[in-house]
Amino acid sequence: MLLAFDRNDYWSDLESSIPTLTPITVEARRWIVKMIHAARSGHPGGSLSTVEVLTALYYKVMRHDPENPTWPDRDRFVLSKGHGAPALYATLAMCGYFETEELMTLRQLGSRLQGHPSMNKTPGVDMSTGSLGQGLSIAIGMALGARLDRKDYRVYCMLGDGEIQEGQIWEAAMAAAHYKVDNLCAILDRNQLQIDGPTENIMSLSPIYSKFKAFGWHVIEINGHDLKEILLAFKEASRIHGKPTIIIANTVKGKGVSFMEGSLKFHGKAPSDEELKQALDELGGDI
Amino acid sequence: MAWELKNMRPGYGEALKELGKRYSQVVALNADLSGSTQMAQFGDDFPERFFNVGIAEQNMMGISAGLATTGKIVFASTFAMFATGRAYDQIRQSIAYPKLNVKIVATHAGITVGGDGASHQMHEDLALMRVIPHMTVIAPADYYETKSVIMKIAETPGPFYVRLGRTNTPVIYDENHEFRIGVADTLRDGDDVTIIAMGLMVSKALEAAKVLKKEDISTRVINMSSIKPIDKSSIIKAARDTGAIVTAEEHNMIVGMGSAVAEVLVDSSPVPQSRVGIPNVFGESGESEELMEAYGLKVNHLVEKAKYTVSMKR
Repeated sequence: MLLAFDRNDYWSDLESSIPTLTPITVEARRWIVKMIHAARSGHPGGSLSTVEVLTALYYKVMRHDPENPTWPDRDRFVLSKGHGAPALYATLAMCGYFETEELMTLRQLGSRLQGHPSMNKTPGVDMSTGSLGQGLSIAIGMALGARLDRKDYRVYCMLGDGEIQEGQIWEAAMAAAHYKVDNLCAILDRNQLQIDGPTENIMSLSPIYSKFKAFGWHVIEINGHDLKEILLAFKEASRIHGKPTIIIANTVKGKGVSFMEGSLKFHGKAPSDEELKQALDELGGDI
Repeated sequence: MAWELKNMRPGYGEALKELGKRYSQVVALNADLSGSTQMAQFGDDFPERFFNVGIAEQNMMGISAGLATTGKIVFASTFAMFATGRAYDQIRQSIAYPKLNVKIVATHAGITVGGDGASHQMHEDLALMRVIPHMTVIAPADYYETKSVIMKIAETPGPFYVRLGRTNTPVIYDENHEFRIGVADTLRDGDDVTIIAMGLMVSKALEAAKVLKKEDISTRVINMSSIKPIDKSSIIKAARDTGAIVTAEEHNMIVGMGSAVAEVLVDSSPVPQSRVGIPNVFGESGESEELMEAYGLKVNHLVEKAKYTVSMKR
């Protein structure tokens, strides 16, 4: 699979690529539930909600090379919501950064796959995250680094929706617009739930669209499980000049597994043996 | 004793400017204190590589980390209070854990901030930074050492915390001084007691040694500017040679430099030790010298502690 590409024509086969991406999302979801089951802890809900966006990024949108994880010209990805690590690990492994068998070592003593991403342990992880609210600032730094070096790489940063309750997000939101980092594209995984309950009950976030608009961002709102909408949003973001873009991806926590969908229980709990079996049955696929 | 006084902060500003000329990868970030921290000169000369993020220290540390991932040598400055207190988790998670090349150079540390009072008097920064894995911690003694420290750390990969004060500080060194990471500097030899000092307490230690000499107490004086890694061999040697240690720091006595020295002694060659430093209290407004007196950081305090520690020797 060609993962490094000519940026000028990488949108040309956009719609035709969707049939090849869909099975990848199924495989990613299977790995996510299997690895969290094996680890006996982890965050299935907020991992499953990110799968289509991560698949689109790593299989279609981003310029990267699994043979050369620290390639200076690569696009960067910061998983600011670090608890979504299983989804990132599954995607990286499937792309070839490491063997998929290694996914089953998640959270084990000595594993390269830590509970939250660690850039010095895992090939392909561009930043260590886990303490919420910090990734957007990192992404700005990376984007400014590209500008200083006259490089054309882009920086992607995925935020959780509960995460934007952190004040640092808004410091960063202000700075990204101030520095006009148009090579930065944030994605908000708007799955409506945080660990203690619905975001709007705990500390309401709405209206997110107009908040970022007011901070000077280009804002796109999409169905975060629709690959076509996702790809079109990234295409639009890549053509915005003079301001950062945020894609509000409306998602379902636990997407793809009926009893995890919209479930608070599966924010941070591993499936039991029976639940794993049911999840894999529902997901289908053959790995 | 008449010391030549010179502020450390211009030493930082001048060194940073020189580094900007020397290395295109050097970038600098500030949180609306570029004048006070002396980063403004760098900003004037290299506007493209200078980022004033406004009053947002957490964001400053994050952007610093992001820039460091792209191969930059990043200097981030604000007051010690806000650098280490306000942005502790950002330093821990985004700079130290991934071992990124960010140099946090904080000014206005310690009680001698003076009039601004407790909200701005940072006595806990060494404790906060020492305890973070991967972090190197340095407190220069004067203007010349500050310059040398800044040049040295720019050439050494990894996260650093450098602590500078606000006030004019006695000049100990000259332009030939070369700071080395993890190496203490013995400024005066002695047999009866060793005073291990840092920052502006180094000049006080040298003065105390002169007073003690009149009472036939021979005092070794060590400048412990490299607080982490600390120079274990010079501490152990001082313990063996003199049998009594006094530490002197303008910092909370809990988990400061004195504690770092005690950790070395307890593991290797325990001898009587006394600590001169700020008790576990918040500061208050006042003139620097008044505060040094009120909080027990003057030469007479050092002399008393040294005599007491000598008396504890078996």
